[in-house]
Amino acid sequence: MAVAWKFGDNIDTDQIIPSQYLVLPTIKDMAAHTMETQNPAFSKAFKDGDIVVGEVNFGCGSSREQAPLVLKELGVRVIIALDFARIFFRNCINNGILPIEHPCAKEISDKDELLVDFAKGEIVNQTHNKTWQFNKIEGYLADILNAGGLAAYIANKKG
Amino acid sequence: MSNNTNGMTATEYIIAQHANRDRVRPGEIVNVSVDLCMSNDATTLLTDKIMKEQMKTHKVWDPSKVIIIVDHQVPADSVDTSRVQQQMAQFVDDQGIENFHTADGVCHQVMLEKYIYPGALILGADSHTCSYGSIGAVSSGIGSTDLAAIWASGETWLKVPETVRFILSGRLQPDVTAKDVALHIINLVRANGLTYKAMELAGSGIKSLTVPQRFTICNMAVEAGAKSTMVIPDQAVIDFFEKLERPVNNPSLFKNLEDTQNSSCHSEIQVDLNSLTPQIACPHYVDNVRPLSEIQGLKIDQAFLGSCTNGRIEDLREGAQLLKDKKVARNLRFLVTPASVSVYKQALEEKLIPIFLDAGAIVNHPGCSTCWGAHQGILASGQKMVTTGNRNFKGRAGSPESEIYLASPAVVVASAIKGELSHPREVR
Repeated sequence: MAVAWKFGDNIDTDQIIPSQYLVLPTIKDMAAHTMETQNPAFSKAFKDGDIVVGEVNFGCGSSREQAPLVLKELGVRVIIALDFARIFFRNCINNGILPIEHPCAKEISDKDELLVDFAKGEIVNQTHNKTWQFNKIEGYLADILNAGGLAAYIANKKG
Repeated sequence: MSNNTNGMTATEYIIAQHANRDRVRPGEIVNVSVDLCMSNDATTLLTDKIMKEQMKTHKVWDPSKVIIIVDHQVPADSVDTSRVQQQMAQFVDDQGIENFHTADGVCHQVMLEKYIYPGALILGADSHTCSYGSIGAVSSGIGSTDLAAIWASGETWLKVPETVRFILSGRLQPDVTAKDVALHIINLVRANGLTYKAMELAGSGIKSLTVPQRFTICNMAVEAGAKSTMVIPDQAVIDFFEKLERPVNNPSLFKNLEDTQNSSCHSEIQVDLNSLTPQIACPHYVDNVRPLSEIQGLKIDQAFLGSCTNGRIEDLREGAQLLKDKKVARNLRFLVTPASVSVYKQALEEKLIPIFLDAGAIVNHPGCSTCWGAHQGILASGQKMVTTGNRNFKGRAGSPESEIYLASPAVVVASAIKGELSHPREVR
């Protein structure tokens, strides 16, 4: 069972990881400050496998890859939003996080219980008893995602 | 339509050239060779780690095409930032990278002055890399994993973007600037309106704008989500590079790019420069744009003139001209940060710096400074800043309870004098 952590429109990468923490030695150190301007409890209360949900333009702003990395560090594997900013979208795929663009983001509330079935391409909101289908990512991007990210994909190819 | 460009837009044409293809179409994913790549102190070390630890690659493919710029925290302001810069210096030495700048200015201004050229394909681990379309290059911001893959191979994949063409007509009125054009466009299309798209600026209006003005608009395109930008290069671009003593004379490229100007594109949007007025982006979103007249008089605590958006000599001249023989408002902190050392030296030569100092401003060494928020001029809870920078996100310049207003250099300086959001004519 995964819990939804719901955020609003235009969650920029400064909200995901504020600038002043980018010089900390490790991603683990930075992760303690994830989303702190939006929800100070986030990094402590987020459970591995919970799901981040945003609305319009999730991940806009800076190209900092520390943003998907701190989310990944806390156990984010799926982000659902109405749409994503392009650099962040690409950074997610490159780090093995699945960004799902779907209008259902509007119908998910904070702390709803969700189930995402990758094989079926299905999002189930168990709190409200609703099911939605999403278009699975295919081709080259799916290969990167399945390898766990671009670096692993390249390393695998090198053998 | 020329046979050379096959009905492609300028952006598609340049991508096709780098993909070794006669033609590419929007939506296609193509593999491209990269002419130049750039990273800074916010992104270099992570890229280094990914290349070595995860991609098992230990040398960049061509050190002469890799540019590394320290600009976000200059000079280092903590033990951690100093360690980051120390490790960057070690990395460039190990790799034999000559293009390393530790105190020369904001990365995009340094790229403009020293490296970029029309027709090039350039990627950078900084979102404002989209600025270089202003001189006819295709450029875009990427993350560290993508950059690590480029360092390892000199190549990357790109999805060919659809082009949205903005047809500019008329001319800017007094006290209306390129920044106001940028804010107007972002307001029109919203913060995600150009996501995955190339923004092309065209029409007679673009010809009336200088290269630095075009750069300001292209720089802000990412705030509408754009992947890249394009202004078909003209005589103004040739003259601009002549002045930099870095000539870019390539008649066949310029002719081909010009031939693309009537190509079909995703959509066209008209912008009438004559009718624009000074604009302000209010907290905490860049598309929360209002006419200055609606919020004139709001009390402010800090003003900032600088950044890759508006830290060029033209911006400093505009500010100094308004500020001459005046003082900044009591209890207001006014920071001025030239975008590069070359801008700084020019400002010294033109005797602009004493005008800022005499007025009570703090003049900083070139760098990202207050615009990126973790360095210089941090805001306390409840404080308000008006800035020529490019982002007003919550907490971007300090406390999450502070507020940031984005405006043109003239509005920022007028507001610094009055201590409240002001129209430049109020201080003349």
